[in-house]
Amino acid sequence: MKPDLLKFTPKGIYCQAADVYIDPWKPVPRALITHGHADHSRWGNKAYLATDIAAPVIKYRLGNIKMETIKFGEVRTINGVKFSFHPAGHILGSAQIRVEHKGEIWVASGDYKLEDDGLAKPFEPIRCHTFITESTFGLPVYDWKPQEEIFASINAWWRQNAADGKTTFITGYSLGKAQRILRGLDTSIGNIYTHGAVENINQVIRNQGVSLPGTIRITKETDKKLFPGNLILAPPSALNSAWMKKFKPVSIGVASGWMTLRGPRRRKAADRGFPLSDHVDWKDLNKAIAMTEATRVIVTHGYSSIFSKYLNEKGIQASIENTEYEGELAEVNESAEENKVDAAAGGSE
Amino acid sequence: MKNFANLFTRLDQTTKTLVKVAALVEYFEKVDDVDRLWAMGLLSHRRPKRTVKTSLLREWAAEIAGVPLWLFEDSYRVVGDLAETIALVLPPPVKELDHSLAYWIEEIKSLKDLTDEEKKERVLNAWSGLTRDERFLYNKLITGGFRVGVSQKLMMRALSQYSGQEESAIAHRLMGNWTPDNTSYADLILAENPLDDISKPYPFYLAYAVDGSPENLGEPGEWQIERKWDGIRGQVIVRDGSLFVWSRGEELVTDKFPEYHPLADLLPDGTVLDGEILPFANGKPLSFNILQTRIGRKNVTKKILESAPVSLMVYDILEFEGEDIRQKSMDERRQILVELITGLPTNNIIILSETLEFDTWEAAAAERENSRLHLSEGFMLKRKNSPYQIGRKKGDWWKWKVEPLTIDAVMIYAQQGSGRRANLYTDYTFAVWDEEKLVPFTKAYSGLTDAEFRQITSWVRKNTLERFGPVRSVKPTHVFEIAFEGINKSSRHKSGVALRFPRILRWRKDKPIEEANTLEDLKGMLAVYG
Ligand SMILES: [Zn+2]
Ligand SMILES: [Zn+2]
Repeated sequence: MKPDLLKFTPKGIYCQAADVYIDPWKPVPRALITHGHADHSRWGNKAYLATDIAAPVIKYRLGNIKMETIKFGEVRTINGVKFSFHPAGHILGSAQIRVEHKGEIWVASGDYKLEDDGLAKPFEPIRCHTFITESTFGLPVYDWKPQEEIFASINAWWRQNAADGKTTFITGYSLGKAQRILRGLDTSIGNIYTHGAVENINQVIRNQGVSLPGTIRITKETDKKLFPGNLILAPPSALNSAWMKKFKPVSIGVASGWMTLRGPRRRKAADRGFPLSDHVDWKDLNKAIAMTEATRVIVTHGYSSIFSKYLNEKGIQASIENTEYEGELAEVNESAEENKVDAAAGGSE
Repeated sequence: MKNFANLFTRLDQTTKTLVKVAALVEYFEKVDDVDRLWAMGLLSHRRPKRTVKTSLLREWAAEIAGVPLWLFEDSYRVVGDLAETIALVLPPPVKELDHSLAYWIEEIKSLKDLTDEEKKERVLNAWSGLTRDERFLYNKLITGGFRVGVSQKLMMRALSQYSGQEESAIAHRLMGNWTPDNTSYADLILAENPLDDISKPYPFYLAYAVDGSPENLGEPGEWQIERKWDGIRGQVIVRDGSLFVWSRGEELVTDKFPEYHPLADLLPDGTVLDGEILPFANGKPLSFNILQTRIGRKNVTKKILESAPVSLMVYDILEFEGEDIRQKSMDERRQILVELITGLPTNNIIILSETLEFDTWEAAAAERENSRLHLSEGFMLKRKNSPYQIGRKKGDWWKWKVEPLTIDAVMIYAQQGSGRRANLYTDYTFAVWDEEKLVPFTKAYSGLTDAEFRQITSWVRKNTLERFGPVRSVKPTHVFEIAFEGINKSSRHKSGVALRFPRILRWRKDKPIEEANTLEDLKGMLAVYG
């Protein structure tokens, strides 16, 4: 039997034939990075390769790193192994990595979603023998409503708050979710203020030539009388922080796939929960796998044991590999780190 | 159902009581008498009986959703709520069925005598015509497990605003035996004399926990101090020669406690007593565990009466000679109570709760330390010049419980939380040392912050030894301090002990696993407090 083209090692997903890692969680000489979220692009690797669209944010977050870029669809051959990056639809610049060697094709999909959010290049199904997938929302109870519906309810909530003289405070992780929300907001209702962590990412993205609605960064000097009626966009870590005390009277909303369930929605102690996710729901997860025509699937983070059992029953050979990717949970934590960095730099209180 | 679903969503979306009450008032205004009465019933735990087995509902839901039954069951385990799981997995509705709340409740009740096939047809029809929110409520009604994040107190406040009656009057009207089937809104809320129903209890006055020490409650002499008994709060009513026993859950439990039946003759008509249904024999209380063997049983057999006897530890009187005396002071009520009880040949059916006097709070605190030896949970403090209030109100009654027992234990299994914390590992099994081995002895939840849960969740993912369904065994690494209220012998547990109300007090990051407690330590506690 041929050895697996990609192996799960204590450092990350490893391609021995090319001696490179995909989204490693321990420092390695050469890392291929699917996207800029903290659980996929970590500090400490000697060399990085990511799409030209994902690169600016990764560089912003990791500082002075050795970074090469690649275009979607471009093929890079390393020791005879062909690598190419293809749109994953997860966040701006996010990629699935296709690996081909001696006629065998693997795809490491990182994080992905099928719904076109207008920011990330839409998910492109890649035919392959083995597909590596996450299963953050790999249960049939996760069934996203169309984003238009979610944005309509966010805007209706904002409108009502404005009529009540309240500030609207909504959280989504600062890379990806925040910009997606931003583009769904009805700017005729009021102004959009941003937490420093969100605004820093906005700037990186605007500098790439992507247009986002106008935002105002909140600083120590911002007059708090300006907030009522308007909306504040912040990372989840800002919830319950001292920083957010100045926004009263306020109505708080959380945008996350976890908000599908009543329990997490109530536990947040937020006023509203909006089920909006940058990961696939159950039906799209199954649809994506079917489109790859893969005969073997490796399930990483999420409801991996349940989902792999389901695939096996359907006749798709599936197994679980433990990784240190953590789906939307990690993306929440990532914002927490950014928040700390930001606070230390004095960007926001 | 649209109005009710809308109400439910609004109640669910806020934690602010003012907003909840406003939503309820608006609902009461909008709907007719029948729907209003049903909403009042549902919000005071009066729900229709289950007419379809949940196992059938699960099968049908899995079938309609096109997923295998095991996958549905696993999803249910994650969501933690059957009604919600079904509502989420079903495909979107294909039509619109717009009926009142009362219509759907009647529809559900009418399923009772149908065949399974007929039931299925009716249930599937409902599912296909209701939105996700409406379906969730329909499922809640049909599974008979209706609970909302709104207390009965808020419902009564809203009803008071809506009807223009005092909250206390509303509270009294809503006590007792009614269901939306045997009364009407007019009879229940608008009729002249609510005391027509001779079984009707008074709303219980519930105490808050003392915040820290009682020092700032004034002099100990202003307070009636009693032991806090570990039984079931109960109200005993004798009117027109009949006896009614109510538990705090507003359940009529007269039949479950035949020991009390002589009270119908013993107590004068027009007497209502407040006390504790307490397991009791040979002049002293028994462990609450013993009472538990009796609760939930359909028939009270002779054997049970012998193995789990009860008395009524009585501490207050609310009605005397047919008169509502709740406005009299605690002192006066106590006097009436003492005179009434001491004159009766009660034969230990009723025992008067003893009052304790202390010159200082320090002296009280010292005696409180002995509570467990009396099988009591601590002290009750009742202001001597206070009336008997309604519901949970701060100020006049306080519970001053003993500090919990604690033990340091090692986490060995972790399970994802259900419902409220579906995506985090929040339920742990803990072990103590037995020589070289770790012996599991309890599960415990809560007590950690969200950040700690996240930290542990990410740690569990990386340190899983084995998976057993939703449970993972993990490398023994972390020590937690577990608090509990009591300890009993148990043959069902490997460790030989069972804890009462175990919960996580804190994460002892400072302790290596070698410093966790031992089974020997637990057995020592059992010897003293068991
Ligand atoms: Zn991601
Ligand atoms: Zn991820």
